[in-house]
Amino acid sequence: MSELRKIYGLWHREVLRYWREKSRIVSSLIMPLLWLLVFGSGLRGVQISGGLTYQTYIFPGILGMTLLFTSVFSGVSVIWDREFGFLKEIMVAPVSRPSIVIGKALGSGTSALIQGTILLPLSFLVGVHLSPLSFVILLPTMVLISIGLVSVGLLMASLMTSMEGFNFIMSLVIMPMFFTSGALFPLTSAPAWLRDFSYINPLTYGVDVLRWAAFSGADSILPIYIEFLILLLFAAAMIAACSYTFGLKK
Amino acid sequence: MEPKTAIETRDLTKKYGELIAVDKLNLTIDHGEVFGLLGPNGAGKTTIISMLCTIVNPSSGSATVNGFNILKQSSKVRRSIGIVFQDPSIDDRLTGRENLQLHACLYDVPAELAKKRIAEVLNLVGLEDRADSTMKTYSGGMRRRLELARGLLHHPKILFLDEPTLGLDPQTREHLWEYIGNLARTTEITIILTTHYMEEADQLCQRVAIIDYGKIKVIDTPANLKTALKGDVITVTTTQTDKLATRLTELRLSQHIDSSKDSIRLSVPNAEKLIPKLIKIATEIGVEVSSVSIHRPTLNDVFLHYTGRDIREEEAESPLRKFMMMGRPGR
Repeated sequence: MSELRKIYGLWHREVLRYWREKSRIVSSLIMPLLWLLVFGSGLRGVQISGGLTYQTYIFPGILGMTLLFTSVFSGVSVIWDREFGFLKEIMVAPVSRPSIVIGKALGSGTSALIQGTILLPLSFLVGVHLSPLSFVILLPTMVLISIGLVSVGLLMASLMTSMEGFNFIMSLVIMPMFFTSGALFPLTSAPAWLRDFSYINPLTYGVDVLRWAAFSGADSILPIYIEFLILLLFAAAMIAACSYTFGLKK
Repeated sequence: MEPKTAIETRDLTKKYGELIAVDKLNLTIDHGEVFGLLGPNGAGKTTIISMLCTIVNPSSGSATVNGFNILKQSSKVRRSIGIVFQDPSIDDRLTGRENLQLHACLYDVPAELAKKRIAEVLNLVGLEDRADSTMKTYSGGMRRRLELARGLLHHPKILFLDEPTLGLDPQTREHLWEYIGNLARTTEITIILTTHYMEEADQLCQRVAIIDYGKIKVIDTPANLKTALKGDVITVTTTQTDKLATRLTELRLSQHIDSSKDSIRLSVPNAEKLIPKLIKIATEIGVEVSSVSIHRPTLNDVFLHYTGRDIREEEAESPLRKFMMMGRPGR
């Protein structure tokens, strides 16, 4: 029980920090809006099977992208905690390493929830009509995706010595994950080599579940419950990996 | 039953590659003691503390803290100690109170009790008024006081203070010494302090260990260490140093007499008693003395005596680098 309270404490800190930085909340919404309204409009002529407009089609992908960017960044930001010393306070406390990672991941999951709640109602702008059921499925899925991705960020942070490595992560991890996830184009029309990459990218299944939920039963790559399971396993595996690297002592 | 020893190390060693940061350290610290670890930069003080706090594992050897083994019972060790790190370790986006609340969560202080304790420690360090401002608005001294309050929140049996007053102005330093001194007098707490401010150690510590190159050079009370340096130094300024020095040597007034162009230095056990005699001798042989000064050994002299006067390499974490990190965007 006491570990739960520690997780709560760490989660609460993340939420307080997120909430105090209103500019971060706003800026995390600008990117998806640009993609949807500018990029999406620009490619309006692109034909998507199933009679969707391109703007409508990419909406779930842009949700996935927002999660990817904010969650990985939130994980990597633990470098600042290390640089400014706060991490020591946590690392020397009698808290288990998994609790530290879970507290951070849930904190990021909560910010994903807030972002989702703001972004989802905007879907009508691009012609997506979400049913109440879609909402109920989309929000927890976003939290689950976020938990996995924040752990990716944490893992990266544990390998980095300073924020200088962030560009490297951006171009070697985040962008490839984004482009191969099927967020911007249907994978069915992608060449085989690209699809191979997509299938090992966990975000592909995240975007696929989001798309399935947003369009109430669009075709999915794998049966939905398996994709869910993949997301769940991915989150669990990443938390375990982070707990391991956090537990390493110098 | 309370173990009598707060800390006991047995051949505690830490190597970083070729570098031996801590070399077979054997140290026993009693409960209720205020103990100082002194040493130049890079002497191994912080490494010792890090091992005792179970953040860093020793390469060999072992230690017990409050009777708990640092390797096998690290969680119990952690619960029983409080730490104020050398570098700041607060979240500056949170308020003082929020930092303390988080600490209470992490150290299993029940919510109701935490409320009471938070009020108590805020009062101790005089920060009640500022408790609900974010840490960003705190000055360096206030941050340090909050960290001290935080370190005490879970009522640790041992409090580690790693360079608690580094970089603070003299007023704030005095204040912190007062808090720490009060704490030591009014509670049963054991305090382990690292510092390279000798005044700080002299004022606060019952015993100090001078550490250099990862080894204990000497360990004793500050008073004994000063006495062991064998007495005071009298400096006599005069134009006729040769004449006076010769006479003083004849009379065997001191074992060590150094004379230079315009002054003579004598090492003596008790300076006050000797000065009238010295003046009398000078007058007898017609030497005019222009000034006399006494220098009592300070802990500083003891420190230099055991660690030498060489200037040390700066530690890797230089202030300049930190300063440059501050300017980074995207925090």
